[in-house]
Amino acid sequence: MSPRTPPEPAVDLTLARSFGLSEAEYLGILETLGRVPTYPELGVFSVMYSEHCSYKSSRIHLRRLPTEGPKVVQGPGENAGAVDIGDGFCAVFKMESHNHPSFIAPYQGAATGVGGILRDVFTMGARPVASLNSLRFGRPDHPRTKELMTGVVKGIGDYGNCMGVPTVGGEVYFDKSYDGNILVNAFTVGIAKTKELFFGLAAGIGNPVIYVGSKTGRDGIHGATMASAEFDDTSDKKLPTVQVGDPFMEKLLLEACLEIFARDCLEGVQDMGAAGLTSSSVEMASRAGNGLELDLDEIPRRAKRLSAYEMLLSESQERMLMVAKQGREHEVFELCEKWDLDVAIVGRVTDTGRFVCKVTAGYDPLDEKPIARDPRVVVDIPIPMLVDAAPKYDRPQREVVRDPIASQVIGPSVTDASAELLALVGSPNIGSRAWVYRQYDHVVRDGTVFRPGETDAAIVRVFCEDGERTIEKYLALSVDCNGRHVQLDPHMGAAMAVAECARNLACVGAEALGLTDCLNFGSPEKPDTMWRFSRSIDGIRDACNALGIPVVSGNVSLYNETDGQPILPTPTVAIVGQLQDVAHRVGLAFTPGHSVALLGVPARGSLGGSEWLTQKVDDVTGEPVGIDLAAEARLQKLLISFARQQLLASAHDVSDGGIAVCLAESCIARGVGAQVKLGLHGGRELAKLWSEEPSRVILSYAPEHERTLRSQAEGAGVPFTVIGTTGGTELSIDAVVRVPVTALAKAHREALDAVVA
Amino acid sequence: MKIAVVVFPGSNADFDALHTARDVLGADAYYVFHKEAELGAPDAVIVPGGFSYGDYLRCGAIACFSPIANAIRGFAERGGPVLGICNGFQILTELGLLPGVLTRNKHLRFECRDVHVRVEAGGPFTHSLPVGTVLRLPIAHAEGRYQCDSETLLKLERQNQIAFRYCDAQGEVGREPSVNGSLAEIAGIYNDRRNVLGLMPHPERASEALLGSADGFQLFQALAAHVSSQSA
Repeated sequence: MSPRTPPEPAVDLTLARSFGLSEAEYLGILETLGRVPTYPELGVFSVMYSEHCSYKSSRIHLRRLPTEGPKVVQGPGENAGAVDIGDGFCAVFKMESHNHPSFIAPYQGAATGVGGILRDVFTMGARPVASLNSLRFGRPDHPRTKELMTGVVKGIGDYGNCMGVPTVGGEVYFDKSYDGNILVNAFTVGIAKTKELFFGLAAGIGNPVIYVGSKTGRDGIHGATMASAEFDDTSDKKLPTVQVGDPFMEKLLLEACLEIFARDCLEGVQDMGAAGLTSSSVEMASRAGNGLELDLDEIPRRAKRLSAYEMLLSESQERMLMVAKQGREHEVFELCEKWDLDVAIVGRVTDTGRFVCKVTAGYDPLDEKPIARDPRVVVDIPIPMLVDAAPKYDRPQREVVRDPIASQVIGPSVTDASAELLALVGSPNIGSRAWVYRQYDHVVRDGTVFRPGETDAAIVRVFCEDGERTIEKYLALSVDCNGRHVQLDPHMGAAMAVAECARNLACVGAEALGLTDCLNFGSPEKPDTMWRFSRSIDGIRDACNALGIPVVSGNVSLYNETDGQPILPTPTVAIVGQLQDVAHRVGLAFTPGHSVALLGVPARGSLGGSEWLTQKVDDVTGEPVGIDLAAEARLQKLLISFARQQLLASAHDVSDGGIAVCLAESCIARGVGAQVKLGLHGGRELAKLWSEEPSRVILSYAPEHERTLRSQAEGAGVPFTVIGTTGGTELSIDAVVRVPVTALAKAHREALDAVVA
Repeated sequence: MKIAVVVFPGSNADFDALHTARDVLGADAYYVFHKEAELGAPDAVIVPGGFSYGDYLRCGAIACFSPIANAIRGFAERGGPVLGICNGFQILTELGLLPGVLTRNKHLRFECRDVHVRVEAGGPFTHSLPVGTVLRLPIAHAEGRYQCDSETLLKLERQNQIAFRYCDAQGEVGREPSVNGSLAEIAGIYNDRRNVLGLMPHPERASEALLGSADGFQLFQALAAHVSSQSA
């Protein structure tokens, strides 16, 4: 060791614990390795065994998810999943959380979350074409909410905007359970030729391992471990574990990578995401069943005196690890030079099955006169120990039995339903998201068919370039989860998230192709949380099976709790679908002179988990609403069929706020009124206006289509109830609601003002 | 017609410009990388939007030092039509081909939404549009606030160089809150020879009805007519 480098701490159980390893895990390492690990080795174990990298608490449950189907090109286990979109092209997509970093440093945390998911997609050889995000903040009036939300939205915008990838949709919810743990889930989809997908494989013994992109610094060291622990009052001291993003560098990296991939001079590639150089090397070698040797002296760096430990654990952004075909390295170097990127050969693929790192103690290429190099082995670990043999836990679960009294909570009796509706439409969880999406470039790449807020799901035209021929295809994208319904019934609530997300696609006329998820929960060491997690997996599984949607990628984020208070269980799902023909597209706005119908079973009036009840009693409570998945599947199939026959003028699913809010949103979109009869007289019946029972869609259509719609609905076994007409300047529902659309629009438009102004 | 679309590191609306020129207009459109010294004999040049060099210094400032900058300048000085969109507008002001400067939006946020602009002057990109025509085009920028000294403004107005001003749907200027705080609601300007146009809104993202507006396509059609009249 150079006298200028601080000495490495001695490795023992205490140090291992401070790195997040349990005693059993540490003793297991001693036993398998047959010796005490070196300090850098302990770092490698701690990140590879972290929840974030190893999925140790979730792996045995994730196996229950359905991952196969005729459209699946790539299922879970790679950097991203992929589904077939025809003509030899596929959609490559994934969603990832960046919750913990975003709470500590909202701008950089959210920005690097977007950077990470973009890299996951273009690492596969796909050009990113659209992004979504799903955000959760604490109470709208919590002292940190404004700062967190402003920082997160700006971070997402600045990164995605610079990259030239449109952010075309998303969701934002506020709930007190997120006061101390916000959620930032970022989704990106890209397009690739199926035959030209790239994988994270360190194949071909002796092939060079090439480092491309930003230089390594000290940022983000132990980010993966930080993201695998609860927060407490010392969490603000974790600031250095958050990475700093450079979207311009990433844009260069994107263009350079796509050009390198097109040369077919690589065996494999992986981005250096969580746990940086360590996880990318180890995972690539593991997938190929090979070993990998790194010469850390060669790592490009921007900080002086980096130790082996720091280089292995740094999460500096915008870096890629490539394995080139033998003798083709110069092509990678040439293209990196074109795009002004750093590039270096840092290692070789070996046949040892071991992860080996060498470094010269005291050597620093940034020194004016670096000392002579004499690299010695500081890490030598069998790769299976880090991946397949990493810990897996079947953590204890305890069923959460609901208090029967809670199911009887129905909230106060109200008389003025018009005032209630105005308040709901203008509440932060329901009102316009324009303040958010206007900070995102949602029109770059000339593919955004509807503006955010005009449809239930985004529709994006993608250009599939095949030699001289360009084929235009239309993807539909949606992201969803209502944690309140999951809290009340994790199984049904998670199934509802999948169903709603797919229903959003069906509403625009698109068929679902594949799903990615981001499972955000509290500590897995709490049996209640573990039970909710496990039941949620069952819910996703059941809904995916019922609707025929495979899970192709995903991410788990645990330990979302602060001082013992977990978030609402939030298994967020995003679905990618496709329109057969863009002429089939359906928006949510009413046009005058049309008829309005409710497709699906009319509400019983159950208020469990609804926005209205939560606002009234300041608690997530009431009778869980449940879902009939067979009925849901029939409804969605019928909706897509209606859209393909071009029978619909609008379709909008009933979700947050219930049917009254759904009608109001279709009115607000184009400033058109509606006169609706639901047979309500007032009193407790009004609950039917706010109920969030699923599997219901409000349709509008030209009156001449009514007979066709009705008979096809009857044939499909889906209730079809004509409830009114569009036109005029007011929304009226029976004699209980009568509100000018301009008043609804004003409340809707101003809903976030109080939060962000 | 040949249209060169210049690609700087960080350009990101280069595809939008290429697609509109090639697939919608039917021109022979192609990319020219900033490290090239020649444009390849085009009939028109588009400097597209994006974040050239990350916009880490002043927007567009570093792009001026790329090899292609001299070629663009030469093409403009020979009277060739040049269109700078968004970041491309910023680059053209930094190149000295257009007067003034684009600074941070007055509200300090990046903003993406549809706006209305009023055609104020003719030129190769607007000759077919009567003054007063209202176009609906998307904006997507954080630094689009046009500013110049009062002498320059006077000159712009006197020489009819202001191509577009932000307005409301009826074409009234100054009735709605300012889009970004631009001086005199300026959304786009011509140079004094009227062959170089820079504007902040994106006509190439509003050239197909499918995308919500085809108003922007009229600029490309006007360009095509201009080029064919020049070569006739």
